[in-house]
Amino acid sequence: MIRERLIFEISDKGKNGFRFPKLDVPENKSLNDRIPMRDSIKDFPQVSEVEVVRHFTRLSQTNYCVDKGIYPLGSCTMKYNPKINERIAQIENFITSHPFADPEMSQGNLEVLKTLEDVLREVTGMDAFTFQPAAGAQGELVGMMLIRACMEERGDPRKFVLIPDSAHGTNPSSAHICGYKVKEIKSNDSGTIDLDDLSNNMDKDVAAIMITNPNTLGVFENQIKEASEVVHSKGGLVYMDGANMNALMGICRPGDMGVDAIHLNLHKTFSTPHGGGGPGAGPVGVKKILEPYLPVPRVKNKDDQYFIDEDCPKSIGRVHSFYGNFLVAVKALAYILSLGPEGLREVSETAVLNSNYIRKSLEKEYHLKYKTPTLHECVFSDKYQKQYGVSNIDIAKRLIDLGVHPPTMSFPLIVHGALMTEPTETESKADLDSFIEAMKQIAEEAREDPGILKSAPHNSYVRRLDETAAARNPKLRWEP
Amino acid sequence: MYPEDFRYTKDHEWVKIEGDTASVGITDFAQSQLGDVVFVELPEIGEELKSHQTLGVVESVKAVSDIYSPISGEVTEVNEGLNDVPEILNQDPHSKGWIIKLKIKDKSELDELMSASEYEKYLEGLKDEE
Repeated sequence: MIRERLIFEISDKGKNGFRFPKLDVPENKSLNDRIPMRDSIKDFPQVSEVEVVRHFTRLSQTNYCVDKGIYPLGSCTMKYNPKINERIAQIENFITSHPFADPEMSQGNLEVLKTLEDVLREVTGMDAFTFQPAAGAQGELVGMMLIRACMEERGDPRKFVLIPDSAHGTNPSSAHICGYKVKEIKSNDSGTIDLDDLSNNMDKDVAAIMITNPNTLGVFENQIKEASEVVHSKGGLVYMDGANMNALMGICRPGDMGVDAIHLNLHKTFSTPHGGGGPGAGPVGVKKILEPYLPVPRVKNKDDQYFIDEDCPKSIGRVHSFYGNFLVAVKALAYILSLGPEGLREVSETAVLNSNYIRKSLEKEYHLKYKTPTLHECVFSDKYQKQYGVSNIDIAKRLIDLGVHPPTMSFPLIVHGALMTEPTETESKADLDSFIEAMKQIAEEAREDPGILKSAPHNSYVRRLDETAAARNPKLRWEP
Repeated sequence: MYPEDFRYTKDHEWVKIEGDTASVGITDFAQSQLGDVVFVELPEIGEELKSHQTLGVVESVKAVSDIYSPISGEVTEVNEGLNDVPEILNQDPHSKGWIIKLKIKDKSELDELMSASEYEKYLEGLKDEE
């Protein structure tokens, strides 16, 4: 296959996309002095229109995306999102309204935000939401800032945050950025929080625990209520990473499990495509105890009128301009209203069913470290393939040959050689079967002809890349 | 494989004692699990470390992991070479891949660490667990 040249390499002096007609009016030279002219950009590519179109079309065709096939990247929830929700977010009234417009003129927009808050309260069992955080990691940080604000008002922000070793990788960073030291809590043999380890570490210096539920093993923390009680009994608060909420909707509610603060990923669970760099939304839901500290502005309603409340003296302040990524909220509301309560429950049931179908179909071929039942994702490892010298990376690269996006690799760290697989609810049985077939073929190849895996991918646009060299000596820009 | 005169931690660091000074690094097992190391974050010289405290971070193509100080002491030297050639950690973890040197504060802490044979036994146990 011919390597696609960079657009700089296609460039040839003098080529351009279009030509202006000859000037047929007198030239106004004085204009040139009034308009600041940009200095010419050195090495700016000079290309024709057809070259630009073909270059970017070819690049887009080498890409793999969820519109093309299954994307079972564990922890990421790469599901298909209905296109109609994009259309709804593009309705003119939404995209032309200005955030500085008077609340009286923006009643529809404010209604969207308030209604979404109300339905998410119902889904999660929390008391109030902010839509400002732009993504999950910012949601985590905001959640921890709320907890810190609450603790400070009680007189002592405390020093530590407890995080299980099966939590999302961003949790420790969020706690750290919020000024807390992190203590890791071990998982027990079932892959859930070890309550004894928790009790031993929970004391008056601990501000909170951050629990990912279901955790990164896909296991539901069935003792989360007990864990919450341990933390609450010593005056701590419970933060839940709700990025995996697509496994729980309509079945159980974090608010009933002792959770004081939670973030959701609207761009994972509620119909905004992601993986392309955003925009997303990581709204944070809280119980009454943390509501006074929520970011401003808050959207409220009184006598059928929606209004903006900036008068929240204990608020941690703004964390995003205006009301967060508003159009993501529009998509989430459209998605939730079109599915209704039964539909949301079915989403979660199907996510869990699909993951378990894959787990059951592959458990003989791929090792499962934890035998505990899992929900929306499951973590295989390369243990059975190791004896043939095959690692998870070889399996992942071979999947590319077979036209499937690989699962998440080498995470969570508590499973060596992990292949963390999350099919999501949007895959049909036929698509799941083709993934399973590909994985079975690879298990067979590992036994019969491991060389084909070690040198994969064979059919892709580029062969195996030297990831180490790329990380050690990154080239971040083109140079002539 | 694992030098007899070193002491080892459950988190796969090693300590080598030379008088009042201790060199600290990560074990061959640790580097093999991490895969190709691409970056090592080192502490400042003069920093006072307690045992179990994070002394630095090692980043590989697979993961980012904290390195814990096996014993308490003051950092007297760091292996600057790791800044340019982090792969020494993979190639020679027990010698040229040392990470820091410490002025030992309390020699009795060494008693809590494992000998080479105890560490090898510990690794065997981990294999069974997987």
